[in-house]
Amino acid sequence: MTLLELARGPVLTVALLVFFLGTAWRLWAVFRRPRKPDYSAPRSSDTVGGGLRAIWQRMLPRSAYERIGMTGTINAYAYHIGIAVIVFAFAPHIGFIERLTGLSWAALPDWVTYIATAFAIVGLVFALATRLTDDVQRLLSNFDDYFTWIVTMLPIVTGMALIEQTYVPATPMVAPATPDPTLLAVHLLSLELLLIWFPFGKLAHAVLVFVSRYRTGVEFTRKGAAL
Amino acid sequence: MNELDAKHPLDFDAPRFSIKKPVVRSDAQGELSDAERVDRAMKAFARDMNSTTAAYLESCVHCGHCAQACHFYVTSQDARYTPIWKVEPFKQAWKREAGPFAWLTRTFDLKPAVTADELREWQELLYDSCTMCGRCSMVCPMGIDIAALVGLARHAMFEAGLVPHELWAVAERAEREGSPLGATPKVLKERIEWLEDEHEVEIPLDKPKAEVLMTLSSIGIMKYPSSLTALAKVMKHAGYDWTLRSDGYEATNFGMLSGNLAWQKALSLRLINAAIACEAKLLVLPECGHAYGALRWQGANLYGKPLPFEVLHISEFLARAMREGRLRTRRPTASLTYHDPCQVSRRGGATGAAREVFAGLKADLREMPNGGDANWCCGGGGGVVTLHRADEHRRRAFAIKMKQVVESGAEKAVTSCENCRLSFDDGQAHYHWDRKMGSLLDLVAEHLDEAGTGPA
Ligand code: SF4
Ligand code: SF4
Repeated sequence: MTLLELARGPVLTVALLVFFLGTAWRLWAVFRRPRKPDYSAPRSSDTVGGGLRAIWQRMLPRSAYERIGMTGTINAYAYHIGIAVIVFAFAPHIGFIERLTGLSWAALPDWVTYIATAFAIVGLVFALATRLTDDVQRLLSNFDDYFTWIVTMLPIVTGMALIEQTYVPATPMVAPATPDPTLLAVHLLSLELLLIWFPFGKLAHAVLVFVSRYRTGVEFTRKGAAL
Repeated sequence: MNELDAKHPLDFDAPRFSIKKPVVRSDAQGELSDAERVDRAMKAFARDMNSTTAAYLESCVHCGHCAQACHFYVTSQDARYTPIWKVEPFKQAWKREAGPFAWLTRTFDLKPAVTADELREWQELLYDSCTMCGRCSMVCPMGIDIAALVGLARHAMFEAGLVPHELWAVAERAEREGSPLGATPKVLKERIEWLEDEHEVEIPLDKPKAEVLMTLSSIGIMKYPSSLTALAKVMKHAGYDWTLRSDGYEATNFGMLSGNLAWQKALSLRLINAAIACEAKLLVLPECGHAYGALRWQGANLYGKPLPFEVLHISEFLARAMREGRLRTRRPTASLTYHDPCQVSRRGGATGAAREVFAGLKADLREMPNGGDANWCCGGGGGVVTLHRADEHRRRAFAIKMKQVVESGAEKAVTSCENCRLSFDDGQAHYHWDRKMGSLLDLVAEHLDEAGTGPA
């Protein structure tokens, strides 16, 4: 079995299993805890609406709290959007998802992904630099933060090596070149590492964010408090 | 020590540039071993843990945004005062003892077990350095309600017997005597008699039946007795059937602030039972922020079922009286600004009530920058004002507040929390500041139009 076959076969299966089961387990640890009934007279009963509004509103910068560093917020936008574009809008990745799930959608032109990659890399490097230099972030940080950074960066870097490989001007006349199998395998393996790490570390915030924001939205709305 | 050192001993105690000698300040109650303290803390934390707090403990991405929202961090620039760091031992314990991968964490010892020394160290962070104002909870991109976690951690600290002694003593006194500041039923009765004589007002006490049960804060009874006269004037003017009850008047809840759930419940039940005894339809909480949080939002849950009466903060009550046309008032001449008590506005959802009162008075209201829900805390909430060892820290945080008040450009400032007024009085004296924090209730009482010519 070649490295590529390994990465496309058993390792991918294991990674996906760990990803889904681990994430479900992590959520279960939250949901299995009791939820006590609240007997206080609610000021507003639109708590579901409030929960959903909180999910949306906490995505936006908060103008009333002007001291909160805009640089960090803008940077977070940059790499989150960058990564989202790379994962969901780049033709080869849509192809990958289609092979796994049967679902597909239109890709954005490759140059958009290249710009997004630049944003993601610069953003992540800036985020790491802040983490290392800012007193508060440095105090809060632990192994998870740094390992997660590496695990996020690896697929981007290995993917860039592949772009070099396959870059062919998109014309109907020229078929894309086949990427180097070893490089492709390494790229896939780095993605699989990310999938395996996802449930254990802070990457899981990608799902937990909906739970904690929603819950806060519900509780604050019940009290009629601002979100 | 070698010879050189003996000749030139290092003086670690002298103040020096940029090196701060950490001050270990912690109190303890009871004769417990370290292991027992940790065990009790962890059990209490686990007992009160629900699905929402579990989600919070799982979600932090260590972005540090919450630090910038906290007056204690902003005025010290010391990373230890980062809000989420204040619950770090509990985050750690959750990961190790109860989280989804607790077995992995323990097996490979990925997070060390929490020690009693750590808890002692965190006492200062959980009590002296947090007013539970909830400002941090508003800016967390993950939506974590950090102030709620601090409340939970305080339960654990209380069980472990690791509460700052001043706060513990005040809470214990409240539980034993019915008031944290010695405003016992006897003292209350004497105060009422004195005020009735002095100001020619009627303050009904212990009526067997009344539509409205008014409650007080002992800070008001002892330090701002004019609040009682103001209350009597407003109630008479508005024509309410009301009473105070000597079996349930104290609305402050130091049981809650210290972290003792049983005392919190006992104190809340006094008010609840008094309201039921006089068949009140409405219980009004005094100018006190945490009293509102304790009874309005937590009271029914401690009672175990919905309360058979309505609960309002005095600012909401005044707003309603104005809405119903029960108050004829004159316009205040001075421009005013309003300090939002955190537990009433941001944490309580009643931000609009005071504004409605100002509108009713046709007052010239000048909001502070970041006023309303984003308001900066006075620095004294959450029991912090009772801790003398936190004075320096609290006063430093108060500097933000002074700036905010000045920037509003208003001539006078009022609030609706006597605990906030206490911090303002202290800050005013400390900084020789020429501003005084007034009361919303007093303001309304002073501007009642008894002749009946003003707008209703
Ligand atoms: S609740 Fe207020 S005082 Fe406490 S950590 Fe948050 S911002 Fe700071
Ligand atoms: S703002 Fe929220 S996510 Fe960021 S460090 Fe503070 S608690 Fe954690």
